[in-house]
Amino acid sequence: MLIDTVLFYIFAVMVLGGGILTITRRNVVHSAISLIVSLLGVAGLYLMQQAEFLFAVQIVLYVGGIMVLFLFVIMLVNLDQAAKERQFNRQWPIALAAIALVGAQVGYFVWKGKDAFRIADASLPEGTAATGNTEAIANSLFTGYLLPFELVSILLLVAIVGSVIMAKKRV
Amino acid sequence: MHPITTVHYLALSAALLLIGTVGVLTRRNIVIILMSIELILNAVNINLIAFSHALKNIDGQIFAIFVITDAVAEAAVGLGILIALFRNKETVLADEVDLLKW
Repeated sequence: MLIDTVLFYIFAVMVLGGGILTITRRNVVHSAISLIVSLLGVAGLYLMQQAEFLFAVQIVLYVGGIMVLFLFVIMLVNLDQAAKERQFNRQWPIALAAIALVGAQVGYFVWKGKDAFRIADASLPEGTAATGNTEAIANSLFTGYLLPFELVSILLLVAIVGSVIMAKKRV
Repeated sequence: MHPITTVHYLALSAALLLIGTVGVLTRRNIVIILMSIELILNAVNINLIAFSHALKNIDGQIFAIFVITDAVAEAAVGLGILIALFRNKETVLADEVDLLKW
């Protein structure tokens, strides 16, 4: 139990610290590295909640795929000029005020509902399932969620075509 | 020390969501705005996994997979648009893209 608590706080610091560094750094490459730390923290949280398949997907897809895409674009696009200019836009006081309002609301609801969320925690784990996490996900994904799964493949096809068209020199 | 409950995950997820929103609304660099959107989507995923774990129901993890897929598609198209934008306007700052404003 204690190790769980310690690990949670380590991962929480990784997630939040990485997130804050991501949105405050001037150099975009530093932001990308901080984002990797944050995403690895999220992956650790998945592992703590017995979502092993998503842990692997998070590392392979986010840290291995999306971050390489980001770094690739950072190197394609000349960002030296942007790094010398103002980093925050003029509406930032209004934006921060609005976000503080939303944060107060969300915090209030989490605080109010904290007893309601605890009911589920109290329930006994009904004999750890014999099937593994990946197997359970596959069972659900290929039976109940088969149609969304197929639709997502169309979404990915559209995204591939769209990104190729966008990045092409002349269409 | 208190044991970690679902509420801890919810609070962490809310904090990450707010950090991502700050990034989207206040930064000028489009690359960082796209990274902030990834942070927001990860906050959603933490929430989904927390409830999936607490309710012993696998559906939350399935939704998280769909959210990750959407994040990939969004990042690919967004970065493609960024490259097209940089080729035409030589800028990556969001508030300099005002071709349709008057």
